Amino acid sequence: MRRVLNRPELGAACGVVAVWLFFAGYAGGSGFLSQAGAATYLEIASELGLLAVAVSMLMIAGEFDLSVGSMIAACGMTISLLCDRLGWSLWAAIAVAAVLSLCVGMVNGLVVTRTKLPSFIVTLGTLFILSGSTIGVTRLVTGRTQVGGLRQALHYGSAEALFASRIGVFSVSILWWMGITVLASWVLLRTRFGNWIFGAGGAPDAARNLGVPVARVKITMFMTTSLSACLIATFQAVKFTGSDVLRGTGKELEAILAAVLGGTLLTGGHGSVLGAALGALIFGMVQQGIVFAGVDSDWYKVFLGVMLIGAVLVNTYVRGRMVEARR
Amino acid sequence: MRSQSIRAVMACLAVVLAMACTKSETPAPASQANAPQTPSAPRKNITLAVITHGQASDTFWSVVKNGVNNAAQDLGVTVTYNAPQTFDMVAMSRLIDAEVAKKPDGLVVSIPDPEALSRSIQAAVDAGIPVISINSGSDVYKQLGVLLHVGQTEYEAGAGGGEKMAATGVKNVLCVNHEVGNASLDLRCKGFLDAIAKAGGTGRVLAVNAADPTDSQQKVAAALTGGVDGILTLGPLSSNAALAALKQGGSLGKVKLGTFDLTPDVLSGIQGGELEFAIDQQQYLQGYLPIVLLTQYKQFGVLPAGGVLPTGPGFVTRETASRVIELSKQGIR
Repeated sequence: MRRVLNRPELGAACGVVAVWLFFAGYAGGSGFLSQAGAATYLEIASELGLLAVAVSMLMIAGEFDLSVGSMIAACGMTISLLCDRLGWSLWAAIAVAAVLSLCVGMVNGLVVTRTKLPSFIVTLGTLFILSGSTIGVTRLVTGRTQVGGLRQALHYGSAEALFASRIGVFSVSILWWMGITVLASWVLLRTRFGNWIFGAGGAPDAARNLGVPVARVKITMFMTTSLSACLIATFQAVKFTGSDVLRGTGKELEAILAAVLGGTLLTGGHGSVLGAALGALIFGMVQQGIVFAGVDSDWYKVFLGVMLIGAVLVNTYVRGRMVEARR
Repeated sequence: MRSQSIRAVMACLAVVLAMACTKSETPAPASQANAPQTPSAPRKNITLAVITHGQASDTFWSVVKNGVNNAAQDLGVTVTYNAPQTFDMVAMSRLIDAEVAKKPDGLVVSIPDPEALSRSIQAAVDAGIPVISINSGSDVYKQLGVLLHVGQTEYEAGAGGGEKMAATGVKNVLCVNHEVGNASLDLRCKGFLDAIAKAGGTGRVLAVNAADPTDSQQKVAAALTGGVDGILTLGPLSSNAALAALKQGGSLGKVKLGTFDLTPDVLSGIQGGELEFAIDQQQYLQGYLPIVLLTQYKQFGVLPAGGVLPTGPGFVTRETASRVIELSKQGIR
């Protein structure tokens, strides 16, 4: 019992239940409870969840990555341009985008660990560089800001099966989300590298003295967040058969939000990937639940903000109870 | 003590939530009493959904929304209006998915990015929901199974602006795009620049950030130093910024300025001779007409025989501006 209460994701789990109950009661009749309704918010949650899992691990390691938002646009556009302009196979294009994302992640990590500048600033710079070059290059090459026609790309079918198919009404990305959450949870809680992540974020000097390669851990985590952004870009490029230069705008903050909802501390050293996955689920349910509830879109942000603060409060309240129970 | 304060905050949140919810009921009961009664089945059970890509800061879309709301009140039907917070096609497609899961009696969408939205729109069509597209998508609506398009054809509208601009003798133009990523705006700029090129001039596209007027103004101001003598802006957000940039640089009247879409500011600018013309697509009708059409379709199964129902382009110039000003203040033009 005490072990359950000690888990950082308990608050997020309660938040998920609370938000679900709220919309089930308020908008249950208009499709929120239907299979198709669940499919719409699970699809949002799965993509954000993939990103939030990686972002929460990076935050546990004590760093932020704001560049993931424009990384989504950059990778998506790389895939679309290579297929559309050069006639590449979709798989080759995805591979190039993945390598590109890993390189950017490595540069982020190297700059942060070498210069000791705050990662918030460094990755904000990367955010602008990536976003600007995506718009610039795309317009230079195509004269437009959207590139489509991915359906005609070589090997589209097999990529669609892996990234954009549906099981019933549910998107296949939900399976990815579950799989990656389990994998990341295992790495974080059951491996030596997982311990290093907690050490690098919680007490970097102590960790360094114990022989933990703190810089290497952080660089690896930056590369992981970039790669997860590239994965989302792939999902969206394949699913929507093309890319535009603005895709992914704001996702970096949503991912941090999901991680915080899931009990990850902004100061590093503490958190949970399962919590981040649940945080993404809360976000997805709120985002779509508002539509099902028929709330006028003018009020959308008020609603989102109130629900999110409410979820964090539930989270904090549960954690407070947990501390009392331990005494 | 701590848990008490948390409970107090939660109570406040609950009140705010309740207010947000009640505020969202679209047709006011009072207006339903005034709605024309027909001998047919009651219309209040008819639910329609409108999803556009219009950002809340764009006055253009407020007029569309006024059209939607007025039609809903006049007819006594229930309509929900939704748009993503930023120009985000993935978010927009998911709003459509959610509406499809709600199974409305009709769906109105704008199609600024057919590639990204086709999956969701086709899902709506496959689910048997009648769909009408508005504003953008005149070139693709048919392929997606959309019944009808209400709006103007973008390339021709841009080209019309180019011809009118070329007639004033400009040689070096800018097309100011405030919503990078919107295919319709790309088409407008293409039409505009093609028409200018045909008349022997040159030009380029300048991308600005619609949500940040300072950014827009300074980008235009910087571009003006390159000997530009004509500017076309694609909406009121950027036309205001362009006007401010012209004033800032002291080149008001020397550089010809034309724009898409009307606002009180644009109209008074035309009256005062600061703007050459505004291309009007009467977006109020883009909100109003689909609600009427879908209501009739639901009630009686009648619909115009298809095609594009053109709401524009028309030109508002110095001669016609004053008539339009009053209506614009009411949010109708």
